[in-house]
Amino acid sequence: MTVAAWGLALLQALLYVALAPLLAGWIRKVKARLQNRRGAVILQPYRDIYKLFGKEARMAHTASLLFRAAPYIVFTATWLAAAAVPLVATGLPTAAIADVIVIAGLLALARFFLALAGMDVGTAFGGMGASREMLVSALAEPAMLMAVFTLAMTAHSTNLVSVVDHQLASVDLLRPSYLFALAGLVLVAIAESGRIPVDNPATHLELTMIHEAMILEYSGRHLALMDWAAQLKLLLYGALVANVFFPWGIARDAGIGSLGLGLAVVIAKLALLGVALAVSETVLAKMRVFRVPAFLNLALLLALLGLLSHVILEVGA
Amino acid sequence: MSLEHLPLLQQLMVVLAAMALFTSFVLLEQARLVAAIHAFAWQGVLVAMVTAIVAASSAHAHLFFSAALTLGLKGVLIPWMLHRLVRRLELDRHSEPLRRPALVTMAALALVIFSYWLVLPIVQQELIFTRNIVAVSLAVVLVGLLMMVIRTQAVAQVLGFMSMENGLFLAAVSATGGMPLMVELGVAFDVLVAMVLFGVFFFQIRASIDSLDVDRMNRLTERVDEP
Repeated sequence: MTVAAWGLALLQALLYVALAPLLAGWIRKVKARLQNRRGAVILQPYRDIYKLFGKEARMAHTASLLFRAAPYIVFTATWLAAAAVPLVATGLPTAAIADVIVIAGLLALARFFLALAGMDVGTAFGGMGASREMLVSALAEPAMLMAVFTLAMTAHSTNLVSVVDHQLASVDLLRPSYLFALAGLVLVAIAESGRIPVDNPATHLELTMIHEAMILEYSGRHLALMDWAAQLKLLLYGALVANVFFPWGIARDAGIGSLGLGLAVVIAKLALLGVALAVSETVLAKMRVFRVPAFLNLALLLALLGLLSHVILEVGA
Repeated sequence: MSLEHLPLLQQLMVVLAAMALFTSFVLLEQARLVAAIHAFAWQGVLVAMVTAIVAASSAHAHLFFSAALTLGLKGVLIPWMLHRLVRRLELDRHSEPLRRPALVTMAALALVIFSYWLVLPIVQQELIFTRNIVAVSLAVVLVGLLMMVIRTQAVAQVLGFMSMENGLFLAAVSATGGMPLMVELGVAFDVLVAMVLFGVFFFQIRASIDSLDVDRMNRLTERVDEP
């Protein structure tokens, strides 16, 4: 039983790694179609990663050991964080670490090493990107935690699995706090995964770039790991939004039928989220960097309003 | 009583009231006047929807009339009048960002917590859950007041005033099932007249100090001609 359950947990973690480039490719494809281009095939991110793994990894002369180790640390920390978020099933042994504070901590660890690696070589772009990344994350993290605390107060637990179970048990409830928390968390997810109003993932030729500026010095397998980690982070946030706020269809036992249904449903939900993201990226323009604090201020406001409306309107005196 | 014991219609009402509070924050933070007018129109629509739900879930049939009145007046007519005024005053590209947006947000959130604390004894005595909306409507009133204090632009101040009126109306509807029809008609008419008067005042202010920034009125001094 336990061996099978751990096997399933491992399979789910591997599924995260396998699906991450697919989601990125899907978003790129939809975006290209919306802009009247044909776009690359959906499997293109896999080909890019395969190609980069076959290439030589060049290092700057000033690079230290940290620069060499950072891609592995960033990828592993992001993967661990992703493995804790329920994707297909909830009753897995990884549920014990599926705590939102653990996930926020692991993502912060990955970000810390990413920023250090950006500064390590000593180029102007790397330092600039690192400082911007820290600005964004310092503002996004409180908003994310507030949004998550709103859910935790409703479910009386910060564990994602109990939040999901609680949400499944009370389907017929309209909660204003969930509405606000959803909106806040979506804004945080956009900022954290470097999507369009905050950062542009499609280019590294802009002076306002954030993520690309930090990984500008990487090549070969290091670059592949960094790219893969970024795609994994996007999938993590997508799974978080899809499974916590719309958990219907997630597998709650280990039967083949419910697992299959869970997989199909989660892929459909992620595809829909990808379409929504592609549409919003096509409609919106990228913000100036100094407008980003206002954007994250809105996310924090929404999360705090969610918290307050939970206390005022839902608990009852 | 908590949310689980409410019928779906009243849950929807709670959600709409929370969204009305959110539009209040949007009004407070919005730099561009035209967008702020749109936020105000949405707030009017949300208040009208809450009124319609109260009418549907209670026996007060006259509330349907008052919901229609709110929708027509605050959702359509007053925003349209403000829009026209802003266009005639050539302010439709005017934008005035807040000087300390984070501080203003925190102050407004403190006002929400304060109004909850204020309403707590009233709510505890009553059993009807929707009276919790009284806290939200009081918060809408206070945030509107804060907007009138912080904004220096006359049209934005009028928007704050009108959203205060929205908050009072929401309180009346959710706590007592609405006022008598005659009183509501009187208030609606007053608001309309106030809007017309504000329009006249805008032109007067602009004619005398050549701007709608009311802070500049502090510097007006009467020139005394010494003999």
